[in-house]
Amino acid sequence: MKSATIQLETLACPSCMLKIEGALKSLDGVDKDTVKISFNSSKVKLDFDEDKVSIDEIESSINKLGYDVIKSKVK
Amino acid sequence: MQRYILSSKNKITSISGVLIAVGFISKWTMGSMDVFVWSLIIASILGAAPIAIQAYQALKVKVVSIDVLVTIAVGGAFLIQNYEEAAIVTFLFLFGAFLEQRTLNKTRSAIKELTEMAPESALKLMDDGEFVEVEVDEVDVGDVLLVKTGAKVPVDGTVLTGEGSVNEASITGESIPVKKEKGSNVFAGTILDNGTIQIIADRVGEDTTFGKIIELVEEAQDSKSEAERFIDRFAKYYTPAVLVIAFIVWILSRDIELAITILVLGCPGALVIGVPVSNVAGIGNGARNGILLKGSEVISDFSRLDTIVFDKTGTLTVGKPSVAEKEYYGDNIDEALGYLASVERESDHPLAKAVLEEIGETTFSTVENTEVVKGGGIVASVNGHKIAVGNAALMERENVKLDEKARADIARFEKAGNSLVLAAVDGELKVLMGVRDRIRPGVKEDLLRLKKLGVKNLIMLSGDNQGTVDVVSRELGLTEAHGNMLPEDKSAYIKKLIEEKGQIVAFVGDGVNDSPSIALANIGIAMGGGTDVAIETSDVVLMNSDFSRLPHALGLTKATARNMKQNIFIALGVVLVLLAGLLFSEWVNMSIGMLVHEASILVVILNGMRLLRYKLR
Repeated sequence: MKSATIQLETLACPSCMLKIEGALKSLDGVDKDTVKISFNSSKVKLDFDEDKVSIDEIESSINKLGYDVIKSKVK
Repeated sequence: MQRYILSSKNKITSISGVLIAVGFISKWTMGSMDVFVWSLIIASILGAAPIAIQAYQALKVKVVSIDVLVTIAVGGAFLIQNYEEAAIVTFLFLFGAFLEQRTLNKTRSAIKELTEMAPESALKLMDDGEFVEVEVDEVDVGDVLLVKTGAKVPVDGTVLTGEGSVNEASITGESIPVKKEKGSNVFAGTILDNGTIQIIADRVGEDTTFGKIIELVEEAQDSKSEAERFIDRFAKYYTPAVLVIAFIVWILSRDIELAITILVLGCPGALVIGVPVSNVAGIGNGARNGILLKGSEVISDFSRLDTIVFDKTGTLTVGKPSVAEKEYYGDNIDEALGYLASVERESDHPLAKAVLEEIGETTFSTVENTEVVKGGGIVASVNGHKIAVGNAALMERENVKLDEKARADIARFEKAGNSLVLAAVDGELKVLMGVRDRIRPGVKEDLLRLKKLGVKNLIMLSGDNQGTVDVVSRELGLTEAHGNMLPEDKSAYIKKLIEEKGQIVAFVGDGVNDSPSIALANIGIAMGGGTDVAIETSDVVLMNSDFSRLPHALGLTKATARNMKQNIFIALGVVLVLLAGLLFSEWVNMSIGMLVHEASILVVILNGMRLLRYKLR
């Protein structure tokens, strides 16, 4: 398990959060209980299994929804 | 394709705005209905595209978002060939979203300033003995780093070599240079004003004090109060409900126009955004002023405060005994002070330290034949003079004559809560000093401000004896003051206030030995210079132990709570007025509904932004 912190472009609507949350939780390998999106700091935090899903795949699933990823950090 | 459309939303908005303008101008000037209709059709299709994509994405994750309502409404308008409404509604919706994003960024600016103070790079010592610039994420605990003049300290660490002065404003809120030398602790995010130091990394990234402060503020902004969670739940069912109502209206009345107008009017915009906006702006204002507020629940409790309970030592008082008053008798005082300092220098009594600090630079002489008198003081000989330093009882024992003035001074000093230090040279009283833990400067005025803001009870609890406590209490005008209290007595007292008297209680302490009380009170306030314990256990942290921030904090939370209520009122009021307008008059249509909605969203955001400029009057 690795944990990632992803900085997004500024989120403007609370429903954006729900969309991103839904998309991330549907990815195989992402630990659903750890997905946390903060609206005001526009950050996503989650734990994921690097054998099942890569950080690139996670980022691209956010990109597909139309939100830019500015920076991501994996530990 | 989806991505392209979404990322050029701003371009689409301006194009559709231009198209609408072209359409109307050609209709009014040339009476050309063809240009009018076609430009509006293109404008609505263009404008509807990004909204429809967002709606589709939302539905995919089972969320009925505002986008869904608007997309259906625009679709409906298209069906009844009302292109004018379709174009204007999509344009207003997009343009409104653009303005919201811009203004929302403003409300978040205070926090942004804070995070931008985070260090980004570090000079790390590599295996070959060279310092190389690396990203701060690449620094691990135990690495040796070089910090040059003007640079940010990248991590929390200990100075290995070199010295310099550091501006710790980012941690303490106070921009006074602090001297650092070998063995000193330095903190991430502070700036080395001059000098060059090498440090070893003790804590990195989010574990540093600065990292914790940022995380705390970010989490606080997103934490939700009971009221907000209610609104969220409400909004979750509200939008689908609007959809159902519009559908029923359509079935019953067969009037598409009416049904889609209801869809637009039902958008919950201002309601969802209003409360978080106040919250963010309020917490941002606090962070800028050295007050960390942990979330909106804290704001709501803090604003309804009845009672503040203070710890005495270190909170209302400075926390270190010092000479508060002094009197000199007779001649050769400088000489006498020198003797006094020489004797006190050999003692580690707290009073002796205070006396030495007061005297400062002086000529020290050799002290001989020192005799410690238990419960009295010290008798010794210095330069052939017999020196007695101690309390009044010692003076009596040494047959030092106290004249009337001296007796009056002693009585006065004692009444003010001082411990006394008397010094006699060859049986003659020279110096009288009153030592006490002094009240912090400005505390009295701050307490008065708190009372004016509506705090009913100001209570002091202290481990000190009741006499000292009473003196401080009288001087500060407190409601109640209790002495001889152990930490567990304090927390029991707070529990009693909360459970038996039903008060909302804040406890203000230094965050170290008061943690039970801080945890138990409705609002735990730590006067912490950025220490970990203080940051973690409390609800509110006053940075740099600055008591004067407390009235600002209370005023700010009250203003923020008020601001939230105003925003809820505005949001609900707008929906009610629009619905009433729809039912009882003719002036409400889809475009006006959208215009009013977007305007109300901007109004609540602007209202929230006022908090960024809040100052206690």
